Amino acid sequence: MRRAHFKFSWIVPLLLAPQLLVIFTFFYWPSAQALYWAFTLEQPWGGGNTWVGFDNFRKVLSDPYYWGSVRVSVIYALATTILAMGMALTLALFVDRQLAGYRVWRIGIIWPYAVAAPAVGLAFQFVFNPGAGIFSYINTISPGWWDLSKHPWQAVTAIVIAGAWKQVSYSFIFFLAALQAIPRSLTEAAAMDGARPLRRMIDLQLPLLTPTFFFLLVINITDSFTDSFGIVDTLTGGGPFRATDLMVYKIYSDGFRGFDYSGAAAQSIILMCLVMALTFIQFRYIERRVHYT
Amino acid sequence: MIERTPVLNLMTHLILGLGLAIILVPVWLAIVAATLTLQEVNTAPVELWPGDQFWPNLKEAWAQSDFGPKFVNSFIVAVGVVVGKVTLACITAFALVFFDFRGRMLIFWAIFITLMLPLEVRIVPTYAVAANALSPFQTILDATGISWLLNTLSGIEVSLEWNLLNSYTGLILPLVATATGTFLYRQFFLTIPDELVEAARMDGAGPLRFLWDVLIPLSKTNIAALATIMFVYAWNQYLWPLLVITDRANYGMVVVQLSDLVPDQLTTGGGTPTWHLAMAATLVVMLPPIAVVIFMQRWFVRGLINTDK
Repeated sequence: MRRAHFKFSWIVPLLLAPQLLVIFTFFYWPSAQALYWAFTLEQPWGGGNTWVGFDNFRKVLSDPYYWGSVRVSVIYALATTILAMGMALTLALFVDRQLAGYRVWRIGIIWPYAVAAPAVGLAFQFVFNPGAGIFSYINTISPGWWDLSKHPWQAVTAIVIAGAWKQVSYSFIFFLAALQAIPRSLTEAAAMDGARPLRRMIDLQLPLLTPTFFFLLVINITDSFTDSFGIVDTLTGGGPFRATDLMVYKIYSDGFRGFDYSGAAAQSIILMCLVMALTFIQFRYIERRVHYT
Repeated sequence: MIERTPVLNLMTHLILGLGLAIILVPVWLAIVAATLTLQEVNTAPVELWPGDQFWPNLKEAWAQSDFGPKFVNSFIVAVGVVVGKVTLACITAFALVFFDFRGRMLIFWAIFITLMLPLEVRIVPTYAVAANALSPFQTILDATGISWLLNTLSGIEVSLEWNLLNSYTGLILPLVATATGTFLYRQFFLTIPDELVEAARMDGAGPLRFLWDVLIPLSKTNIAALATIMFVYAWNQYLWPLLVITDRANYGMVVVQLSDLVPDQLTTGGGTPTWHLAMAATLVVMLPPIAVVIFMQRWFVRGLINTDK
């Protein structure tokens, strides 16, 4: 790739070794291990694992609870992505107008990026609490109507809102950066042709944001699969009646509470394939994205 | 470019104000709750203006969760991840960009692929490795027959063991095992002009000298960006420390401690939920990474956009 190089010497292996060792031990080995577990079953009284082929997958895929988990994960992924990206895009378009107070608006929207998922979960657990938060108003009117621990749809709504809240700033940063990368000459030419700011948003800025949009779409969906654990664990604990048992949460509870390593490994493999597929899609769009920045 | 758009400007501020309000409402409610007494926080029409109980609440929550040593632990882990990542990423990217050797692209892809699977996805087997970080090597030695060979030749039984559970190393190393920073550096190193490399070589600088005296000073912005992102990432870890640390008194991190503050049947035993303490603790745990992001805003935003993560 580069024309000028240093000559290969003993330094190179030394420089590469630490990173390669770390990723081998903590990335490749565990991933291979997951694959091994997914196709074997541990004997109850020791004696190693026996090969069971696709049995673990068959068991997982015929488990109605697993499909419930997939269903709510998809709902969660789509709902948080749409909410967060919609809000991020709107805010970015208006912050990009760079009126007075632009820096204050910007930092006001960026800081939630730094908030830990369980902290978000806990704060929203208070906000949505039937006895103490703002929803206690509703419950004074019709007692017992709002209760996260009883009504599945309310629990799902709560994790979706908390998840979306957490994702807004990430998308916002990318949308704003993409907007600011639009050449000034383009905006000025459009203005000369008589396009007012709103018209320019629709006909100039939005089309130019398409690559960023697709990139964020994939990133947000992937993140919602992997990053939701902290929110679910503190906000709903997977309940009520497993209504918010997202895929990562189920892997955790099957593997570490139910000690079903093979089942958890099979679920991990399915999730890995899903995340990899999404990442491959993402790389295709990264290529396109580069042209604009 | 000057345009007069008074109506649209007003609308812009209104929309932004509304957006910011939506973002701030939950935090505001948490702040208010953190400043009330146990009784006030549980009365039905919710209080919307802060009281004066913040310090007492914070003190009580702090003592209850034993936050002192846990904040220290969180700092150690966050700084460990930052230093580990910045160093590893830098030297790896340097070797990949400034040297030409066979298998370079293979190594590049081997590292690149780690971007695809976040820790959460491969959590169960990673935990098994952490229980004995040398188990991969033991298995390889056993499988290849080297263990047997050593055993018969010298009588030494090979059994490698390095338990990472309940240790800082166990918290830090798996978080360093991704490619995020390597790519930030690689992209930056690719923009270094060839002439600079040639000039350095002509002046007789070896690769390490070039790295230390030319590249590192040039990549200060990169380091700042990566450090910010990694600090936030490490501080906010939840699932991994939850699993690896069972000895919470000595190695617990603050974010994990939040799960014990959820006021439900388990923690209050059917008593009145202690929301005021939970919210005070949440706020103080949120604070350090927010401060870092606000303080490092400029570099952080640039870094995030270059790493795609």
